[in-house]
Amino acid sequence: MRILTTDFFFSIFRIATPILLATLAAVIGEKGGISNIGLEGIMMMSALFGSLSAFWSKSWVIGLLAAMAVGLGEALLMGVFAFKLKTDIILVGTAVNMIGSGGTIFLVKTITNVTMGSALTSTTSLITKELQIPSIHIPLIQDIPVLGKIISGHSLLTYLAFLLVWLTIVLLYKTPLGMNIRSVGENPNAASSVGVSVSKIRFITIGIGGILAGMGGAYMSMYYAMGWSLDMVAGRGFIALAAQSMGGGEPVGSMLAALVFGFAQALGIKVSATGVDSNLVAPIPYIVTILSLVVFALNQRRKERKRYRGAA
Amino acid sequence: MSEEYVIQMKDITKVYPNGTVANQDVCLNVKKGEIHALMGENGAGKSTLMKMLFGLEQPTSGEILVNGEKVNLSSPSMAISKGIGMVHQHFMLVPSLTVAENMVLGMVPKRSGCLIDEKKAVELTEEYAKKFNLLVDARAKVMDIPVGMKQKVEILKALVRGARILILDEPTAVLTAQETQELFVQLKNLKNQGYTIIFISHKLKEIMEITDRMTILRGGRSMGVHETSQVTPQEISRLMVGRDVILKVEKDKAQPGKEVLRVRDLSFTNEWGKKMLDSVSLSVRKGEILGIAGVEGNGQKELVDMLFGFSRPNGGSIQVNGENLIGLSQREIRRKHVSLVPEDRMLYGIASTATIEENLISDRSGSPELNRGILFNMKAIHKETEALIKDYTVLCKNGSQQVGSLSGGNIQKVVVAREFSNDPALIIADQPTRGIDVGATEFIRKKLIELSRSGIAVLLISADLNEVMELSDSLIIMHGGKIAAYFEDTAELTDELMGRYMLGLEEQSPEEIRRVCHE
Repeated sequence: MRILTTDFFFSIFRIATPILLATLAAVIGEKGGISNIGLEGIMMMSALFGSLSAFWSKSWVIGLLAAMAVGLGEALLMGVFAFKLKTDIILVGTAVNMIGSGGTIFLVKTITNVTMGSALTSTTSLITKELQIPSIHIPLIQDIPVLGKIISGHSLLTYLAFLLVWLTIVLLYKTPLGMNIRSVGENPNAASSVGVSVSKIRFITIGIGGILAGMGGAYMSMYYAMGWSLDMVAGRGFIALAAQSMGGGEPVGSMLAALVFGFAQALGIKVSATGVDSNLVAPIPYIVTILSLVVFALNQRRKERKRYRGAA
Repeated sequence: MSEEYVIQMKDITKVYPNGTVANQDVCLNVKKGEIHALMGENGAGKSTLMKMLFGLEQPTSGEILVNGEKVNLSSPSMAISKGIGMVHQHFMLVPSLTVAENMVLGMVPKRSGCLIDEKKAVELTEEYAKKFNLLVDARAKVMDIPVGMKQKVEILKALVRGARILILDEPTAVLTAQETQELFVQLKNLKNQGYTIIFISHKLKEIMEITDRMTILRGGRSMGVHETSQVTPQEISRLMVGRDVILKVEKDKAQPGKEVLRVRDLSFTNEWGKKMLDSVSLSVRKGEILGIAGVEGNGQKELVDMLFGFSRPNGGSIQVNGENLIGLSQREIRRKHVSLVPEDRMLYGIASTATIEENLISDRSGSPELNRGILFNMKAIHKETEALIKDYTVLCKNGSQQVGSLSGGNIQKVVVAREFSNDPALIIADQPTRGIDVGATEFIRKKLIELSRSGIAVLLISADLNEVMELSDSLIIMHGGKIAAYFEDTAELTDELMGRYMLGLEEQSPEEIRRVCHE
């Protein structure tokens, strides 16, 4: 098989990284009772400001931090509208997504007109190899045959994303903050009746999500695509919501779901590269998604049955 | 002597922004170490008064003294710091957290700086559980524990936060008889340890059994304080509703006519393979009330679901006046003159954001009398609904008021007004008076008897033993998806006897049970 090469498996992780980061944002958000459909828009805005800041400062570190800060700021702004002004969170999320698309192109034209003299429609030319988020070759591991080629040499953010899965578990299940997030998500009245500030916890929850989505955005423009272009996030924020729900809202399950989506996209790319008609390739990610949803549903059903039998 | 009072609420008035006066010049004085009942019908202002004492609402005027010291209870944490704890009617627990985690929520013990000290939380829970003899499983998730234990967790939660005064909001509403007894023992135990308890309820029997004194509210005003031992249930109910509630329902002997509902060998296995109904056969005849008693979860819900087409049986037959009901839609079932007062009125009984009028005509909106061409005949609708509101004494401004804004009792009156007025041959009344005030309860019970005596068949499902015994002409008890007993005459029954069948300690012979088919 020409498809199942080490390159292919390498690309799964590469493609899954931004999805995974956004998925973790969705996981934490949903645990706190917040359906943040604005992750897509946050990623787009962060992608833009990440690449611009990196270019201005000539530093990928500043670019990444700026993307995270923009993500945080945008998420907190969502919080103000949703929690303080009591706007429906879905409406706020939709608005953020629209700003992410229309607003970024508006901003990039306004900003670059001033700074560059002529308007850009993408920042692709701005991110050079030096401004790219660095890849890390893990000593020793990179020398392992096959496996080394698959898991070594990824972006710093890819490793960070998987580390963050573990950190998310610790946060949600081992810290008082995580307990508060979960209790606010499940029964805000219970939380407030014992003196937990529901509003504060909600802001923290959505803020963490914003930072994670911001990292996803930075990955897109500062590693994956080497520059920002319009609508470059291409639905990854929404796929993250799907991964969250497919993973049953738990970090590890959602991570696996994100990898399944990464696999599907990687497969699509790989198959089309072999020269198969693109009309046949296009549905691959969707077919994989549907199949995995079926597997997930069957598995869930079996588990519930077991649980029921156990209880009866 | 004012020192003996731990709580003094003086001339409390609460006016909501929309102009509703919930409390007017209410005084509440609670002595240290007593169990003090706060009684009143739904909407009498009990909850509002307690919300102010727990810092969830602020009084418009009046003052609150705790241990003789004037306090400003601006938030629940403020109330907690003054030693006031509240056990809400709807549990304030997080289902996916463990009992211990729920106990320490908001005051989590930490280890190595930022992690939860699970061990300490469990130890703390067990220490308190032991100290107050409120045994709970500290490591179990709250979603897996029974209701009675959830309540204990709630009480412990208040105690661990240093509460010396406990407010219990209708604590027995969700408990079984045994759990209620257990709770009473524990409350008395707390009282002996010097804790003060405010007990909100409208169940006379419980109030008489457990409380020392009571404050009765009616229409937002206080009807005075009484020593429980000095008043009779009749006096209390008169103070609560301003008239004598008939505790003993008066009814003529039933004159059963021909069979209306005929259920034969009805079986149902749920999607997880558990047999919920096991060949249930029964008949309800014209002019009689057949009661179904039983501990919840023994097939009553499934039976009602089958009867009203919410799910399909695996076997057996259901007929009303000789016509099959299985496989029909709710609309088709209603056309066979079957009415349902559903158990969950907010979910199945009404659309809470719609108006009273819309809810009242929801089952007959297509009838020629209420329509003119393709539009509603509003005049006819107003006329019909006004008559219903009047007949069923629904307390409201007018028919265009949102149903959700009414009190529980009045919402239920809207439901029964609709269900009783559409010319039913069979009424299925599932928990018709659950959680509603004495006045509305009495009204609905009287109406059920009146309708049955006019020749309607009534199937009454109720968890309230008193209700099912007083109202029913004959009675069946369900246990484990089967009919465990049939009693032709409810007069001979005692709680104790029923309890034995309800808990499955005894079962009648198939022949005895078969008598419910009247063949």
